[in-house]
Amino acid sequence: MSSPSLAQPVGRRDFLKLTGLAGGGFALAFYIRSGGEAAAAETGDFSPNAFVRIARTGAVTIVSKQPEMGQGVKTSLPMIIAEQLEVPWKDIAIEQGDFDEKKYGGQSAGGSQSTPSNYDNFHVLGATVRTMLVEAAAQTWGVPASECRAEKATVIHTSGKSLKYGQLVAKAATLPVPAKDAVTLKQPKDFTLLGTRISQFDTPKIVTGKALFGIDVKLPGMLYAIYEKCPAFGGKVVSANLNEIKALPGVRDAFILEGNGKVKELVPGVAIIADSTWSAFSARKQLKITWDEGTVVNESWESFLKQAKEKSTQPGGKTLRKDGDPDAALASAAKTVEAQYSYPFISHANLEPQNTTAHWHDGIMEIWSPTQIPSIGTGMVNRVLGIAPEKIKLHLNRAGGGFGRRIGADYLIEAAAIAQKVNAPVKLTWSREDDMRHDQYRPGGIHFLKGGVDAKGKVVAWKNHCFTFGEGGSPGSGGSLSGDEFPGRWIANYQADQTMFDTGWPMGPWRAPGSCVFAWVMHSFIDELAHAGGRDPLELRLELLGEKDDMPAGNAGATTKGKQAAASYNVARMRNVLKFAAEKAGWGKKKFAKGSGAGIAFHFSHRGFFAQVAEVTVSKDGQLKVDRFVTGVDIGAQVVNLSGAENQVEGSVIDALGVLMYQELNIERGRTVQSNFNDYPMIRITDAPTKIETHFLKTAFPTTGLGEPALPPVAPAICNAIFAATGKRVRQFPLSRTDLRWT
Amino acid sequence: MKYTLNVNGQSRSVDVASDTPLLWVLRDSLDLVGTKYGCGVGMCGACTIHLNGVPTRACMTPVSTVGKMKVTTIEGLAAASGKLHPVQQAWSDLDVAQCGYCQAGQIMTAAALLKDNPKPNDEDIDGAMAGNLCRCATYMRIRAGIKLAAGLTTAGKGGAQ
Ligand code: FES
Ligand code: FES
Repeated sequence: MSSPSLAQPVGRRDFLKLTGLAGGGFALAFYIRSGGEAAAAETGDFSPNAFVRIARTGAVTIVSKQPEMGQGVKTSLPMIIAEQLEVPWKDIAIEQGDFDEKKYGGQSAGGSQSTPSNYDNFHVLGATVRTMLVEAAAQTWGVPASECRAEKATVIHTSGKSLKYGQLVAKAATLPVPAKDAVTLKQPKDFTLLGTRISQFDTPKIVTGKALFGIDVKLPGMLYAIYEKCPAFGGKVVSANLNEIKALPGVRDAFILEGNGKVKELVPGVAIIADSTWSAFSARKQLKITWDEGTVVNESWESFLKQAKEKSTQPGGKTLRKDGDPDAALASAAKTVEAQYSYPFISHANLEPQNTTAHWHDGIMEIWSPTQIPSIGTGMVNRVLGIAPEKIKLHLNRAGGGFGRRIGADYLIEAAAIAQKVNAPVKLTWSREDDMRHDQYRPGGIHFLKGGVDAKGKVVAWKNHCFTFGEGGSPGSGGSLSGDEFPGRWIANYQADQTMFDTGWPMGPWRAPGSCVFAWVMHSFIDELAHAGGRDPLELRLELLGEKDDMPAGNAGATTKGKQAAASYNVARMRNVLKFAAEKAGWGKKKFAKGSGAGIAFHFSHRGFFAQVAEVTVSKDGQLKVDRFVTGVDIGAQVVNLSGAENQVEGSVIDALGVLMYQELNIERGRTVQSNFNDYPMIRITDAPTKIETHFLKTAFPTTGLGEPALPPVAPAICNAIFAATGKRVRQFPLSRTDLRWT
Repeated sequence: MKYTLNVNGQSRSVDVASDTPLLWVLRDSLDLVGTKYGCGVGMCGACTIHLNGVPTRACMTPVSTVGKMKVTTIEGLAAASGKLHPVQQAWSDLDVAQCGYCQAGQIMTAAALLKDNPKPNDEDIDGAMAGNLCRCATYMRIRAGIKLAAGLTTAGKGGAQ
């Protein structure tokens, strides 16, 4: 996180700092085995660091330390080591490492940081092992190492003689591990693996249905748990018919947990322990619980929406930024536009419902969990259950989707708290309904915008009053607008205010927190101003970005948190990728019939620069079809795994389209209205675009991540295309709230 | 209740409540965890299996209704020799999955489609696959995977357009 992005949400950054991960990178010394002793004596393997193991047979194993949730990191990071190690990909086995940050360094998978925080170190790790193998061969032959090279797991001397890595293991294990500067890195021009398309390492297991995910864990003697929580957030158990439940078939136990008073940690509830998932699910239907629902029942989305409308013209709770005199500039503008934008709360809806298996044995809490930031879960177990950190053992399972949801560890602490009361391993499985009713939601928001353009269509004034939602006095993750959010800093007369509604609702990071909604609001309204001023949407955006190559982090009027969130914005990179995407899409060159059109948007987040063009058709009866979607990507110098990279971009495009089209999680009386995919529809294959193109613009900057930053500009590009096609402006999510019919 | 089921060509006996969905019999009693739980109400397709060759939601199929029907799960789709079904092979070649959680269900639905309709067009594909959610939104590659398995395209890059 050394160069946090402009739109990096405050909540998330603080959060990472809290967990000690703000530094991102880690010292290489972490992994090197102490005393230069490179061998794992018991096995005879050569294992000079925590990540690479070469057996005497020549078998090469790479340990993947990051949690895998579909972002492909279990494949991509080992690819870096394999490239430097000179071992063919097909000969490499990958093992998932347990949670052990002393051994591996940081193991957090969030904020699209796995690649940027590990990229350089993983090159060095692979090169270090290769250097030792070359040295081992050189010593065996009594020749200088400079006369030897490594290729296909073999060291070859200029004379032509060669030794396979497996034959060098014994010797290499006796050598000291060279210092970082003493290893020569293979250079990008020589890469044969990085940048190619590699199928995920777990693919054979995925396509044949082998146990892989958290929910697949099975241990000898394992029992199965459900955990019923109050439908109203944070509600407490007053009483429950535990004796009746305990008498049901297959039920082993039932008990109440008090919770620790935090809506995103151990929430109060009733646990049922049974001998199968179905026994537990069935017994649950007989539960009769009296709840104390608390005051959260007074809080509903609709009433907040009404209050926002009433307060929209009043000064905001906080002024995030004020430059120049926006009111005077609006008064003297040639044209002004006013608009209200709103988006609801949404759920993460990981397809694998939350789950964790825990076993309290021998004073140790042993846990198997699909989690994105394992240290949050173990920290919670330590804090809430009072178990010492060294007594907590956490195994990382592949997660059936992350999207930020599994940064929260509520399900993990529930499983551990339940396991403390059960004399056996116990797997807690959330039902889909649990998952949707007890998510940590992406906060909704409402923006009241005013903008003005001069006679030439140049943007001269911008005012925004944003209403956001908080929990316990601070905005939910991704809920807080930054004073530096584009186009803040670029417009001379600019004001952004924010008012927060405090709630008892659990909120958490959702794929590209903040960016995933703010990019839509800003780039939709920029589009409105372009049309008001009679300007081409691309050309106006280029004019807005201006000629400067760099925009320093702002300060005028920014709150402390806003300042922390802000960062220098590389305008040149954005301009270039915007022109690049426009050119790939043929922007301005196509003629569209009525009902079809193109839209454009861009965004910078998670260190990546993205510009996108959508081409859509809206039928007369108002049905949207995305015909073509073009993404220009600048994530720096090197795509690691082209297959995974394209998959992330395509997934982001369709995910964002799905959020736009369908997703809406209503909260009434402090609880969700929706509870499963029948009332909370998600995008299906029938709505996927006909064509998605992803183009990478290679630049000289460090390689960065792809899990999130392709998503934010998608919705505005599509909505701007809808306007071009129909003259209808989409100002509310989901799309069903806007009548798109035309004649 | 005791039931004897024909699962992936083998006779398997279980003792479970009669209303137990086949999904949980497979996962908890028979250790066949490839069939996934996503919603429990027939909306996501993660639990898709074949009953006598027909794609079926295991979460909506009480074990008492299975009788002598042949149950095929993702674990039984490949040939006994281990050779992958063409859909599994295409999924591997094109690196279709992201998290992979939905993919057993996707593959089972796609395999059933190709058995019925060996050369499906784009609409056939979308129509057949519409019941299977992919939260990671790998739909472009699901389409491409089916076309590859059907021999309508030759192996190309992952995420074909
Ligand atoms: S789990 Fe059966 S359709 Fe979702
Ligand atoms: S690959 Fe994740 S749900 Fe489909």
